Amino acid sequence: MNRDNDKGKVLINRSLMVGVGKFFLLLCIIFRLYYLQVYQADKYKTLADENRISTRLLVPPRGLIYDRNGEVIATNRQNFQALIVAEQTPNLQETLDAFKKIMPLSEAEEQRIKKDLKSNKSFVPIKIKDNLSWEEVAKIQLNAPDLPGIIIDEGLSRYYPYGEKMAHVLGYVAAVSEKDVKDDPLLEVPGFKIGKSGIEKLFEKKLRGKGGNLKSEVNAYGRVMKEIEKNEGVPGERVDLTLDVRLQEKAYDLFTEKDHSGAAILLDVHTGEILAFVSAPSFDPNVFSQGISNAQWKELISNEKNPLSNKAISGQYSPGSTFKIITALAALEAGAIKPDTRFFCAAKMTLGTHAFHCWKRIGHGYLNVVEALKNSCDIFFYETALRLGIEKIADMARRFGLGSKINVGLENEKAGLIPDKAWKLKRFGEPWQQGESLISGIGQGYILTTPLQLATMVARVANGGYEVTPTFSKLTNYEKKHIKKINVNPNYLDMIKEGMYEVVNIPGATAYGSRFDYHGIKMAGKTGSTQVRRITMKERQTRILKQEELPWKYRDHGVFVGYAPADNPKYAVAVLVEHGGGGSKAAAPIASKILLEAVKLDTSLHGIQPEKVMTPLKFGTEVVPSE
Amino acid sequence: MYKFYETTIKTQSMSLTEKFFNLNFMYILFISLMAATGVTMLYSAANGSWSPWAFNHLIRFAFGFCIMIALAMLDIRLFMRYAYLFYFASLFLLIVVEVEGHIGMGAQRWINLGIIKIQPSELMKIALVLALARYFHTSSLQSIESIRGIIPPALMTLCPAFLVMIQPDLGTALMLLFTAGMIFFVVGVQIWKFAVVIIGGLLALPIAWQFLHGYQKNRILTFLDPERDPLGAGYHIIQSKIALGSGGVFGKGFLKGTQSHLNFLPEKHTDFIFTMLSEEFGMVGAVFVVIVNFLIIAYTYSFAMKSNSYFGKLVAIGLACNYFLYIFINISMVLGMLPVVGIPLPLISYGGTVMLSVMSSFGIILCVYINRNINIGKD
Repeated sequence: MNRDNDKGKVLINRSLMVGVGKFFLLLCIIFRLYYLQVYQADKYKTLADENRISTRLLVPPRGLIYDRNGEVIATNRQNFQALIVAEQTPNLQETLDAFKKIMPLSEAEEQRIKKDLKSNKSFVPIKIKDNLSWEEVAKIQLNAPDLPGIIIDEGLSRYYPYGEKMAHVLGYVAAVSEKDVKDDPLLEVPGFKIGKSGIEKLFEKKLRGKGGNLKSEVNAYGRVMKEIEKNEGVPGERVDLTLDVRLQEKAYDLFTEKDHSGAAILLDVHTGEILAFVSAPSFDPNVFSQGISNAQWKELISNEKNPLSNKAISGQYSPGSTFKIITALAALEAGAIKPDTRFFCAAKMTLGTHAFHCWKRIGHGYLNVVEALKNSCDIFFYETALRLGIEKIADMARRFGLGSKINVGLENEKAGLIPDKAWKLKRFGEPWQQGESLISGIGQGYILTTPLQLATMVARVANGGYEVTPTFSKLTNYEKKHIKKINVNPNYLDMIKEGMYEVVNIPGATAYGSRFDYHGIKMAGKTGSTQVRRITMKERQTRILKQEELPWKYRDHGVFVGYAPADNPKYAVAVLVEHGGGGSKAAAPIASKILLEAVKLDTSLHGIQPEKVMTPLKFGTEVVPSE
Repeated sequence: MYKFYETTIKTQSMSLTEKFFNLNFMYILFISLMAATGVTMLYSAANGSWSPWAFNHLIRFAFGFCIMIALAMLDIRLFMRYAYLFYFASLFLLIVVEVEGHIGMGAQRWINLGIIKIQPSELMKIALVLALARYFHTSSLQSIESIRGIIPPALMTLCPAFLVMIQPDLGTALMLLFTAGMIFFVVGVQIWKFAVVIIGGLLALPIAWQFLHGYQKNRILTFLDPERDPLGAGYHIIQSKIALGSGGVFGKGFLKGTQSHLNFLPEKHTDFIFTMLSEEFGMVGAVFVVIVNFLIIAYTYSFAMKSNSYFGKLVAIGLACNYFLYIFINISMVLGMLPVVGIPLPLISYGGTVMLSVMSSFGIILCVYINRNINIGKD
């Protein structure tokens, strides 16, 4: 009986122990709940939102680029893509095969599609092909019953209606690369493109705009359940350039007509605004924004005329006789020559043991500075340079924009080179030779200039000595009124301009063949040629080879700088034709035609309405960002 | 020592009506509260729909309720009398399931009786408690404290536990072992014996590890470090904690749990229903469920204390332990305190067998309560 009572007591004691244990275990659960739901609630709320909310960046439309007359020169074109949604097609392979019958897919494309299909959820649309034409879109839609799960989607892609004609100015857009600074989340968006060169790069920030956000609620499988919040972002701003597409096209066509390689720049002499900016040959920037093929790329980089190089700012050439403008100005300013100083050209002069030749084998006889410019006499400028010295020449060259970067905003701009005594000592460790001053006086030797610098030089001469700087952005009125004046005597400038007028308009002068007279409006200019090979003594004694007899690579570069109207300059031009065989032959005709076109189009000069030559260009529907 | 005649003399007969009014209605209210919570959560789990779960759950509860009342109306001595029979029948069914599983090539836990599917392991949870209660009811403290006296109940526990383990259903096997363990403890088996078993068990752990299935090992490893495989095995626990934690004090509101409704939370209508409840009703809702369940257990304990018979006390305590284990393991599991072992939350999780088994337990517990004044002899 006692033992049974004990048994009952044990049961009760032990039960109570177990009960208390259970109570504490349940208490643990409550503490754990407190820890998770109160103490760590914020952390888990964030995690739950991260789970639930998916944020997608919305790409803003890129800003458009216009020329000075409001013509669109860079736009966004609708880009049709064919996409496939795996879950909407009963048999993926069959659908893809049906698609291939309509539009062939390369092996690589098919591999990519299959890879994308595997690594994405079945409701995610996968790109099959993009940049579809209207015909292709129509074909796909016609065959829609055989293509379940295939949808057509439209996006925007950059389009340059003037293609290669503008490529060196506008540049192009392409996919973001490893090197690009990722300061904007937009750059992380797959397929996003940024300006890689030219104006597209220069105004990248302005053109890009601000990305929007689309917040949506997604379920565990990533499917969007509902839209929570949408922020459209800010479309890219428009950019207005100083270029005139009509002049740009004209200038570019003048190069391509003759398969020339070179550069041409047309400036407004009063403002420095760039009206045409050509480097030929060029490339089609549309290919870059769509993705360039290996073959296309190889072709571009193996071309000996170097279509990818922007010769207008990256090409450094001897200015040749166009530099005589600087030599003459410097000499007049320094008093080394007077307006009526005459030197005798006997086709040859000697300095020490060196002989220096004029380009004209029979010599020019006596001439003053204006006549020397007109005939481009080398001996006159040798004599002048001899009296002047390199320092004064270099100083004047720099005042007119040579020897340093213009900083027009495009990449790979070169500074050129204006040598002086200090430079030579530093560079070669040798003192300056007098003979080097001589050849510098005619623009040969160490001197290097870019076509843009030459255009700057001639614009500053033409406008009467105002320090204009080439630019792609229109100047404000304030800026126009506050252009610095170069410290140079305007009378001397007029003399130079007289010489330049005669170069073009006097029979027998170097550019007489390129003159024009448009209702009394004429042009002025200066030719130049630079040898790219050395003429040997032996050749000089026998017969100098004609340019046509030389291979393209060994022909002289042709240079021409000029302006129009001759009596009241408004437009300045610099043309360089690589291996064109001399300035009067290759460069002057192009410069003349560009100036004539500029004059014709400028009704303020003559009041004559130009004929309508522009036909509206055809390109896809453009999307203009709302403002 | 009880005399044979005492059993007959002390027999009191109550009419059915008397028995009915002797039911503990507070207890039944708590049970119904939990079932109603279950229906509510299942309605939410289906994104605000009675189908496919909430309505079925209600029907099953109603059916279980009838069984509970029916069992409560029985004479407690019947349970005593048929305890072994019931135990062996359940054991037999476990063996049948095991053999069928071998033939059917795959894990098998069910016996299909046409109308309902019976899970013998659930029957065993009750049968084992009844059988052990009968065994200890008839044995003396001396025998309980002797090694020899605890060999038969130990075998009674280990046989079904082993059969369930190889099904494989580790969770239920452990529940059987823990329930039995607690019964052994309360009847007075010396603590040093538990220490020996626990130490022995720990030493055998590396060997047992070899016998675990790959997914079971994974679950344990994942419990120890959920970040180990955040998209695989650890996913359940991580998402469960996110759902719970993000619910905060007052929850996101009925039908507004993002983790559950956007399917980040797996098994939200079965094992992880407590998580969903905590997400939508916050800590307030979670603590409410814990407290009501604590009250159910506490009431069961008080019934045990009031019972005159050793058998009745032991049955109530054993079944309370069983119920406690369900609650504790399930909630600890979703809170990331225990590995994911596939134990549902009774009355709330969707599932017919568990509903039937816990409602039967409550029936038996109520029967103990109604028959609290009856003494049972040692026959």
